[in-house]
Amino acid sequence: MELYEGGCELKLLETLAGHSDRVWSLAWNPATVAAGTPLVFASCSGDKTVRIWENTPSHSASWTCKAVLEDTHTRTVRSCAWSPSGKLLATASFDATTAIWENVGGDYECVSTLEGHENEVKSVSWNASGTLLATCGRDKSVWIWEVQPGNEFECVSVLQGHTQDVKMVQWHPSTDVLFSCSYDNTIKVWAGDDDDWQCVQTLGEPNSGHSSTVWALSFNAGGDKMVTCSDDLTLKIWETDNIQMHSGDGYAPWRHLCTLTGYHDRSIFSVHWSSEDIIASGAADDAIRFFVENRDGLVDGPTYKLLLKKEKAHDMDINSIQWSPGEKRLLASASDDGTIKIWELASLCMENGH
Amino acid sequence: MDRCKCNSDLSSPKHCNIERLRDIKDPEHPYSLEELKVITEDAIEVDDVQSYVRVTFTPTVEHCSMATIIGLCLRVKLLRSLPSRYKVDIRVAPGSHASEASVNKQLNDKERVAAALENPNLVDMVDECLAPSYG
Repeated sequence: MELYEGGCELKLLETLAGHSDRVWSLAWNPATVAAGTPLVFASCSGDKTVRIWENTPSHSASWTCKAVLEDTHTRTVRSCAWSPSGKLLATASFDATTAIWENVGGDYECVSTLEGHENEVKSVSWNASGTLLATCGRDKSVWIWEVQPGNEFECVSVLQGHTQDVKMVQWHPSTDVLFSCSYDNTIKVWAGDDDDWQCVQTLGEPNSGHSSTVWALSFNAGGDKMVTCSDDLTLKIWETDNIQMHSGDGYAPWRHLCTLTGYHDRSIFSVHWSSEDIIASGAADDAIRFFVENRDGLVDGPTYKLLLKKEKAHDMDINSIQWSPGEKRLLASASDDGTIKIWELASLCMENGH
Repeated sequence: MDRCKCNSDLSSPKHCNIERLRDIKDPEHPYSLEELKVITEDAIEVDDVQSYVRVTFTPTVEHCSMATIIGLCLRVKLLRSLPSRYKVDIRVAPGSHASEASVNKQLNDKERVAAALENPNLVDMVDECLAPSYG
């Protein structure tokens, strides 16, 4: 169903309370959709815990908290990520560790703790095949870990290059190329294998990059486009050559495609590109915005336009926004107000006579 | 009518808790920020409609290493005083510090502030500066 400006609305399905401090991040379990089992996501908080939420459509309150992962991290849990199989959950904390949790019959056990960062770990990401894990933090470094049998993790590379705090790491959806974004205003691209990894590209101001901290990045489904969001109040769209990327070289350069400016008036903390090419952003002005490609223009190359803005989506800053896997246009947002909200982006049906 | 956590009327231009920013003690000297002219009345801009506050402070010397601590104290004081819907920006007065851009960036990075406030040493220092002084 086609969405157009003015032709859709964002419906609030449920508000989930439970965390006793701000919710920093959330991640949908990717495996539940294929398995036909209820949707599950994890949320992490300044209250040092991680909560697992499950959709149970048969009950009136359709989302319940199935587990609270506590007594492990000793400081804020900043970020969480499920392995592609959905069996493991990695959680990154200001306590300088990354914990790996396994779902053992409904209970979550911490099966491994990754140490090494000098201070706060800010983000964690699994590669598409689940064989590699990446972490980053305030110590300016990016770490790559190899997943070994028996839930063992071996650090294969410590990547220096960013000159400041690294805010997020994200593996490319189909190749083993790693992306990181930082307080140093740049996005770095890292490629390699085994223990030999290098920074192959830096997207900074000379490349039409951001002029302040880059908080997050997200790829389209095909992996040939990426959106980044920043404290400079803009979203930037980047693209690469897909054919070259999947060739033997495994890496193709990224170039700036366009900048979405004038839509946000406070820092943009989170951005997520949906499988239907709708870009959702969550910002420090408590609003959620949706952008789609603008097909009407006579300009060279794609531009993007605002599809919908939901003001006061939360009572405080939005830290994370994530589309759910699967076909429904469901998404979840996490906020400084301590809540998580579940939304549906729906078309407004206009029928004759109504 | 909007009430601040101290129960004074937020719509009045100089309401008490924001005024009390001036009573915060300087981390290095036995004087308040107001006595040292680090913060003045005009330095606090409040927009009740937009729920926005901006505080501009002037560190005692250009290379003041305590600038980030002072900024943190201001932020914590406002956090404890204002309703949660308020957005707060803290900055050093333009031209008043050698690393103005770098200090401002740190002071307004929410994640860095959150991590700093989990550091017991920093929290102790902040609490010390915010404690009421008697006599």
